Amino acid sequence: MTETLTMAGAAELKFRDPAQARRLAAALEQVSAEIGRAPVSVMHVCGSHEQSIAKFGLRSVLPRSLNVIMGPGCPVCVTDLPEVDEAVVLAEDGVRIATYGDMLKVPGTVFSLSDAQARGGKIDVVYSAAQAVELARDTTEEVCFFASGFETTAVATAAVALSPVPPNFTILSAHKYIPPVMEIVAEMPGNKVEGFLAAGHAATITGSRIFERFVEKHRIPVVVAGFEPLDILAGLVKLVELVRDGTPEVVNMYPRCVSPEGNRNAQEQLWKVFRTVGGKWRGIAHVPNGNLRLRDEFARVDARRRYSIDLRRLWTHAPATLTQQCICGDIMAGIASPTACPLFGKTCVPDAPVGACMVSSEGTCKIWHQYGGHPDL
Amino acid sequence: MTTTLEPRASVSPREEFVSLKHGAGGRAMRRLIAEALTQGMTDLPVDGVGLAAMDDGATLRVGDQWLVITTDSHVVHPVFFPGGDIGRLAVAGTVNDLAMMGATEPKGLTSAVVIEEGFRRADLERIQRSMLETCREAGAPIVTGDTKVMGRGELDGIIINTTGVGLTRAPVRDAGLRTGDRIIVTGTIGDHGVALMARRHHLDLDGDLSSDVAPLNGLIRAALAARPEAVSAMKDPTRGGVASALHEMAEKANLGIVIDETRVPVHPVVRSAAEMLGLDLFHIANEGKAIIGVHPDHAESVLAAILAHPLGKHAAIIGTCIADHPGRVILDTGFGRRLVAEPEGEPLPRIC
Repeated sequence: MTETLTMAGAAELKFRDPAQARRLAAALEQVSAEIGRAPVSVMHVCGSHEQSIAKFGLRSVLPRSLNVIMGPGCPVCVTDLPEVDEAVVLAEDGVRIATYGDMLKVPGTVFSLSDAQARGGKIDVVYSAAQAVELARDTTEEVCFFASGFETTAVATAAVALSPVPPNFTILSAHKYIPPVMEIVAEMPGNKVEGFLAAGHAATITGSRIFERFVEKHRIPVVVAGFEPLDILAGLVKLVELVRDGTPEVVNMYPRCVSPEGNRNAQEQLWKVFRTVGGKWRGIAHVPNGNLRLRDEFARVDARRRYSIDLRRLWTHAPATLTQQCICGDIMAGIASPTACPLFGKTCVPDAPVGACMVSSEGTCKIWHQYGGHPDL
Repeated sequence: MTTTLEPRASVSPREEFVSLKHGAGGRAMRRLIAEALTQGMTDLPVDGVGLAAMDDGATLRVGDQWLVITTDSHVVHPVFFPGGDIGRLAVAGTVNDLAMMGATEPKGLTSAVVIEEGFRRADLERIQRSMLETCREAGAPIVTGDTKVMGRGELDGIIINTTGVGLTRAPVRDAGLRTGDRIIVTGTIGDHGVALMARRHHLDLDGDLSSDVAPLNGLIRAALAARPEAVSAMKDPTRGGVASALHEMAEKANLGIVIDETRVPVHPVVRSAAEMLGLDLFHIANEGKAIIGVHPDHAESVLAAILAHPLGKHAAIIGTCIADHPGRVILDTGFGRRLVAEPEGEPLPRIC
């Protein structure tokens, strides 16, 4: 058979060369050893990084002395209960909800969107904001795009808000903004994070320079990294070098996509449509400026203004006791690992998630549960 | 705004209703079947492989042979998709389930069709032609059937149920893997599911994407003829994909399976599409592929027989069964090793 028909075909891609990966893994081992203490803890703040680490089995080649913590990098996981409730209430009131696939199972106070669907609500999975608009064009029903994600996907939502949309289309924004939460983690008591691996795709929008103030303030290095296995390993080598040398700097290891100033056009669109507001990130904390909400000028497409979404009817219910035992917050802050949670793998499984980390394919607990975190395979 | 939400009851509301995850071929589905559908049934005596085995079909002793019987209801959206349609799927699906148990010469099929009011007659005739063509290809006649029409909105278009019977002297189980056995996949994985998902979500990737739906009985006959006693287990990786099939085989045989990812055949366009959609190809449905466990001494000769068949051109040995890690499927990615996740619910695209 031809070589191009195997997964090995993927190895021909420049950033998927196993031989180079082995060299980088050896370099990482070397640099980590040179620090002379263990563990050295670094954090990535992007679900796509963990997805790649898990998918390619990279955790099994990371040095034992290096603790790569998964931070609050899954936008689906940090979507707060009331945000899900808003979408659920709209769905139960007959509004057609269009959203990204992994939002379906995120538990709300009482129901997830998947539950709402089983109870007769109309939920459509879409791949893009533009597709949600098309859906609205093809129907007379009210269509609401339940928008989630960080800067990268928020820009796509912004582009839609700036374009002509049919009158039956609205946006329910659950978009999050990453830079403020890094501050929260850095200032969290008990945190051991000595360096951050920043998400390459979000940085294509914001630029790498956005992290300079953070580095100056907290004296912690930040490396911007891409998502191919070699990107991640090279990013980690650079980050651990900076930790070893005690040089808090911003280094862009993803220059093929990320520039220092980022994508000006995209930033312009983003801030024309959205403003930052403080809000709770599920399991983490109140994050000042962590949520992206539509500006007043876009009231006509804002679901929160089009409909009176009455969440009070949900507040009469006490949160389930299981939810109170969930330690998602500590896990996403890098203070605890999934196995430290009494619910993990027992009452909280991907099939019936208690905490948000078990929901998304980018969630720490789900990745841990599915891919095992078993380096001894 | 009149709806009121009921409080969280002692039974979680997500379990009060059947949801789509229960139909996705994973753990949730197996639990629903065990809890709500097969209770008590599995205690009734059966002379052969019955419901309790949860195999691709059943075997019943008839004289000195085994009658293999299997049934499957087919729904697919869209009804016509790149590379096939619901008719071809309905015939191939049942023929393949028979073949996976060693009955490669189907005696006959039944076909029960439930049609929604308003379904285009031309489409129905097109489906019928496709079924006929696939029957010819598989050498499997449809010998009896049933037709129902239901009101508009009472179902989505059309449902086709097919049942098949065949005879064999040597039934093959999906539970028969032994330590040391090699794992063969008969071709590229993920073709069917990715082609459908691209079409369903109107992604303009359709060009080279095409479902692999095909009757495999000829190919399986060739594989079994090469070394009948060397084949220890077979399963077709349909819903839930290769991951689900391998998990079931590993669990039933109580051994571990190590897959070498670099050897898994994947069509380049399918790989790109899956990466774009954030889908794990091991979770994606196939409708014209088989996973075959073979004794290590004969793996190459069985592989050669499969490669010589037109539907097996891209077959490969992709893994080995080990005594360690029973019930687990391990993937060697070339970068490191990890567990293969078992699918949970319908594969859904990720956002980032």
